[in-house]
Amino acid sequence: MTNQTDTEQTSSLTYLAWLVPGIPLVWGVWQTLIKVAQLFQ
Amino acid sequence: MGFLDREHSVAGPGWSRWLVPPAALAVHLSIGQIYAYSVFNKPLSRLISGDVKAETGAPGDWSLLQVGLIFSVALFFLGASSALFGKWVEREGPRKTMFTSALLFCGGFLIAALGVSQHQLWLVLLGNGVIGGIGLGLGYISPVSTLIKWFPDRPGLATGMAIMGFGGGALIGSPLGTALMARFAGDGTLGVGSTFLIMGAVYFLFMLFGALMVRVPAEGWVPAGFVPKVNAAGGMISNHNVLVDQAFRTPQFWLLFAVLFLNVTAGIGVLGQASVMIQEMFSDKVLGAGNGVTAAAAAGFVGLLSIFNMGGRFFWSTTSDRLGRKPTYMIFFALGTVLYFLIPLFGTSANLILFVIGFCIIISMYGGGFATVPAYLRDLFGTANVGAIHGRLLLAWSAAAIVGPSLVNGFRDSQIKAGIPAAQAYSTVMYIMAGLLVIGFVTNLLIRPVASRYWASPQPTPPAGQQAAND
Repeated sequence: MTNQTDTEQTSSLTYLAWLVPGIPLVWGVWQTLIKVAQLFQ
Repeated sequence: MGFLDREHSVAGPGWSRWLVPPAALAVHLSIGQIYAYSVFNKPLSRLISGDVKAETGAPGDWSLLQVGLIFSVALFFLGASSALFGKWVEREGPRKTMFTSALLFCGGFLIAALGVSQHQLWLVLLGNGVIGGIGLGLGYISPVSTLIKWFPDRPGLATGMAIMGFGGGALIGSPLGTALMARFAGDGTLGVGSTFLIMGAVYFLFMLFGALMVRVPAEGWVPAGFVPKVNAAGGMISNHNVLVDQAFRTPQFWLLFAVLFLNVTAGIGVLGQASVMIQEMFSDKVLGAGNGVTAAAAAGFVGLLSIFNMGGRFFWSTTSDRLGRKPTYMIFFALGTVLYFLIPLFGTSANLILFVIGFCIIISMYGGGFATVPAYLRDLFGTANVGAIHGRLLLAWSAAAIVGPSLVNGFRDSQIKAGIPAAQAYSTVMYIMAGLLVIGFVTNLLIRPVASRYWASPQPTPPAGQQAAND
């Protein structure tokens, strides 16, 4: 292997790959924050 | 199924290592669902009566104690399987391990769904507890070990990214389970059976993404510009590998075992009792009629703790790359001790805000302890066998999962029986937790670099300045 930088293709694949766990995680955090709001009411 | 073999998952030239954390996260976010299993407890205990709001179940309904066993059995098998199969995980590689984990964890849901429809508790225990628990163990250690190999320059960041997912799994699993049960409430099992089937299928696809996306670095690969530090952090970062059976014989392994056990014991008991505790310590009697913490607000408190549990895993583990593992644990134990001493004071002075802040910090350090320990192991025992060694160390978690809640519940109950008001019954428990953390501080202080007689070979790994690839 040589010292290379990310290809454009790998770079966009990386962004897409992060969306797969990112979307449900953000949804889960949002749902939890709605519950948390009750604590401070 | 050759594509599952280690040799077929070796990254080719141009593969970005930043593609590996999402794969690890997908697996950990899925198996972390086990932390949200309690959303099924009440419906599972009302399957015959069919009324989830009823105070008691119908004759033949399972008790909450019986249903609670499922979570305990799953955690026991998590620890046992990670200890037993650690060597297999290292040998076969992450793709086969993650795929096996997906089959077991999600297959467990299908067996449990059958158990629910037939009202056979042993089938649910077998599915979610035993088979699912083995899937948990395999799925827990494999991504961690893989990420450590991809990020030798920032192992704390690597382990934080993966183990953060295990903490975050509850944030997804809890609302998802609740929503699915509400949607399928009329299926004759209060929605539990259908929810298990759907969760089994959805989590399988999610974990399959992780298994297909994961890669191992090629032999001798190191990140661009990375030069291993020789005897860094006072010799606490070793470039030598220790075999798993040798690691088991070192005092460092057992000291670290005690460190993890004490850190987890101090957090897990309180985490399990958080909802009841805040309602009892800040009841109407303490804050005045109508001002006490309600069940809904307590659920918000538990949710907040879950967020700090997840965030702490990433924050503390990443911070440990700068501070060093040993100083990071020193902070956990010292700051934890101070906070546990102060919390009864926040209770008696009815200061809810400081109480909540204090517990958020404590739980962030509880999560941080889980995420930092694989990097600590890597520093002491090298990269090559870290997954297998980590697997054995997780037995400390299994032990703490039994001791922690027993300590908190046992002392609380004995205090109340002795006539102490519920609001003050937790003070003794907090002081005991502080005492445990003092022992943990001393134990961590005793950890020294591993002696050279335990090294597997005189050749340090990863090879210094060999190859470089994409970052």
